[in-house]
Formats: sequence, structure tokens, C-alpha cells
Amino acid sequence: MRHLLDTVNLSREDAIRILDVAETMGDVAGREVKKLPALRGRTVVNLFFEDSTRTRISFEAAAKRLSADVINFSAKGSSVSKGESLKDTAQTLQAMGADAVVIRHPASGAAQRLARTDWIDAAVVNAGDGTHAHPTQALLDALTLRRELAARDGVSPTGRGLDGARVVIVGDVVHSRVARSDVWLMHRLGARVTLVAPPTLLPVGVESWPCDVELDLDRALAAGPDAVMMLRVQAERMQSSFFPSVAEYSRRWGLDAPRLAVLPPQSIVMHPGPMNRGLEISAAAADSPRSRVLAQVANGVSVRMAVLYLVLSGANTPEGA
Amino acid sequence: MSQNTGASTPEEERGREVLTAAEIDRALTRIAHEIVENTKGAQDLVLLGIPTRGVHLAARLADKLAQITSRPVDHLLGSLDVTMYRDDLRHQAARTPAPTVVPAAGIDARTVVLVDDVLYSGRTIRAALDALNDLGRPSVVRLAVLVDRGHRELPIRADHVGKNLPTAKGESVHVELTEMDGVDRVVIR
Repeated sequence: MRHLLDTVNLSREDAIRILDVAETMGDVAGREVKKLPALRGRTVVNLFFEDSTRTRISFEAAAKRLSADVINFSAKGSSVSKGESLKDTAQTLQAMGADAVVIRHPASGAAQRLARTDWIDAAVVNAGDGTHAHPTQALLDALTLRRELAARDGVSPTGRGLDGARVVIVGDVVHSRVARSDVWLMHRLGARVTLVAPPTLLPVGVESWPCDVELDLDRALAAGPDAVMMLRVQAERMQSSFFPSVAEYSRRWGLDAPRLAVLPPQSIVMHPGPMNRGLEISAAAADSPRSRVLAQVANGVSVRMAVLYLVLSGANTPEGA
Repeated sequence: MSQNTGASTPEEERGREVLTAAEIDRALTRIAHEIVENTKGAQDLVLLGIPTRGVHLAARLADKLAQITSRPVDHLLGSLDVTMYRDDLRHQAARTPAPTVVPAAGIDARTVVLVDDVLYSGRTIRAALDALNDLGRPSVVRLAVLVDRGHRELPIRADHVGKNLPTAKGESVHVELTEMDGVDRVVIR
């Protein structure tokens, strides 16, 4: 694996491999010495053109647990725009000897641009670009769900997909790169995904995605899904109003206590964070024993360790070029 | 010993069997007795197999130790993955690490016996020693291998050897175990 840019082009084998490696990486968190020497002497640059605390910290923790050196580059506040200046930044990092670049950018396709051009030789890991893709979030969602399903069946999660699982993804799909990456990854791993959202928050062309679409949350929950994933309502990306009021959104598409009670006992609740409590998810749902929000955070570090390890080790790094 | 049985016959590609199932079993029995003798009846012992075949060999040694000492030893058995500690990570295709399982009591102040199938360059064991370092501080570390084929590249030696097998560098030694390969034997190809 040279880069990780999206989940559309990630094969089932590669996805399962990343999850399997992540499964072993997770053990490190429980040890006294939370460090592996695999990436000693390699430099990972976190290149963040957009606000993000948890993703950046998660990548930073992952790189440090693998003994890589981490440089955090935050473009916040500077007048960095697309195109030419991304090129300049990339070439600066190249000159500094970055081995991997983790990029978060408000423009869809920024990670591709970095990977496909000759600006930089480093491995590129997409940490979220515009409304396009957020592959490591999708992988950590898949890891969380896979572990849950395996525990339910009393088997080891290693080597398995998500075959037969039913996942409901609820909310602001149109602005969500997480939803896009989840749909493709989970479909490829054998899960059946249903998107639930008001029509105004569904993107054009959603019919062609490998998933079902439902407008009514209660109907989707009545089908007894294995996991319900609530998406954050992204107020910062909403230039116009997509629903009449917060109260109405919350009433029709929010996960509240009565809706939680409808779910089968083994169903889990996920949220990519940060949560808008009282909007898309009630405090009762967020703090219920079904909630896997903190497991998702822990799994995020494991998945990012696996991805950094796979893009940075092996004969596919520089001399392969 | 059954070595040289098929040597220089047309069946070169099937390999030359250098250890039979019975010989493997006898070698493991002998190693188990040596371990008991060295650790005063398997006291404070931890057996760590190095994936993948070392894990199966460690499990077999544990069975034999249980027979010899008439005590259960399952809780002393674990596995130690060394992938992330290898010195060739940049030069080989990325390997998928296997789980590391340490007995609940830990390895501190215990006698750890590392178990692997073939001892060759010694680099795997070097990585294993580093990995152990991150897990705790054993009082003694020993090494048990089924086959020592020579050609060491580091100052490392085994304490318990099933069979010393002089080989040429170009040859490759394959340990096959019923758990994975359906048959117990060691073959040189």
C-alpha cells in the first residue's frame, strides 16, 4: 500500500488486512511501554488545513506509538489557498525529508492531488478532504463494528469482513465525508448500509451509491440494525438552511431515549464525534451502554497505527519509485 | 536417522526429509526435560512461542511439561510477535503482525523460554529480545529451537536445540507441523 486516499478504491483484501494489523496494534495500548520501534527514524507530517483536534491527536498518538518523529503543520490563520500554495507546502515538506504526509484539507481531492503529482515522494494519508473522503474514520468504524460482531458470535475478528451486518447511518449525509467513506467500505466488507436523512441533506446522485436510502428514521430503526451511526450536523458547512429548525431536526432525525428503546438489545450506537448533544444525539443515547463512541476513539489510534505502518514499511516506499 | 534418503534423486523439489514426525516428538520431549531440569521443575517459567510455528511448538512443549511435572502449565504459555522489532522492515514487503499474548502473571522476574522453529541468522531472536524488553524484565531468557541450521549473523546461540542441521546458505529449511501443514516433518529444499 503506497497511499491511503479513499475507501472507494480500497479492495476488500486490503481493508481486512488494515483491520487485522490494527487489531494487533491495539494490544500496545494496554502495555506498560506503549511504543513499538517499527517507524523509528521516519518522519510523519500532520498537514492540517482545517480545524481538527481529535483526528490530529489520533494520528499524532499513532505515529508516536510507532516511534516516528511527528511534525504538526497547521495552516489555521494563514491565508493558504488551494493549488500553487499546496504545491509550495508540499515541496517544503519534501525538502525537510517527510516520509509520510497526513493531510486534512477543506477542498475535496487535495490528498489525491498530493499523491498523484510529483511534488512530493512521501506516502500520503487522507485525513479528510472536503466532502469527499475520510478513510481512516471509516476503517475505525468498521473495526469497532467488526469486533462487536465477532464478540457476539464468540469468534476472533481477525480475517473477517462485516458480512451480513446491517448499518444505519443517520443525518447530514450531504456534507459528510465520513458517510461517503463508510458506505463504500462497509459495502465492500459485506454490510448492508441504509442512509437516513431529510431529503435536503441527501446528496445528488445518492441513488447510485451501494446503499439503501430511507427518509423515516423510525422505519429504519424498526428493521433492527446491528449499528446506528449518527452523523454530526455540520453547522459550519451550512451556508443555507437545510431544515426548518433545530427542534424539528432533533424530533425527526435525532436519536433520543424512546428511539434507543426500540433497538434490539445487541445493537450499538456510534458517532464520529464531536457530538452535538441534544441535536442529532441525546445525552441518554450518547451515555448509554450501547454507545461505542469511546471505543471508536481508541480504535482510531489502532487503525492509524496500522495505516502508517503499512504505507511506511515494506519495499513499496521510496526505492519502488 | 533418515537423512539422505532421497538425496540427489529426481525428487529434488519435494525436498529431503531430515526429521520425521517421531524424531520431532522425541526432540521436543528431550527439550522439555532439559527445561524442567534447568528451571528446577518448571518453576516461574514462561514459554513464549514466536509466530507462527514457534507458537505451536511452544504449545506442544507446554503439554509435555504438564506431563513431566504433573501440573497444568497452560497459564505459562504465550506468544511473542517480533514483526515490529525486525531490522528489515524497510526492505521487505510489509508483514502482517501476529498477536502477542503474555500470560496474566507477566514475565517480570521469571524464566522466559523463547520457542522458535528454525534458528538461522539470529535476527528474529535479536528482535524478540527487544520485544521482551518492552514487556517486562525476566530474570533469565532462554532459547529453544527445533532446528539450528547455522549461518549466524549475530552473536546469538540456542540453549535447547532439537537438531543441529548443517546446511548450505542456498538451501531452505521447512518445518511442517500438523497444526498448519497437516504433517509433522522437517524438509530441506
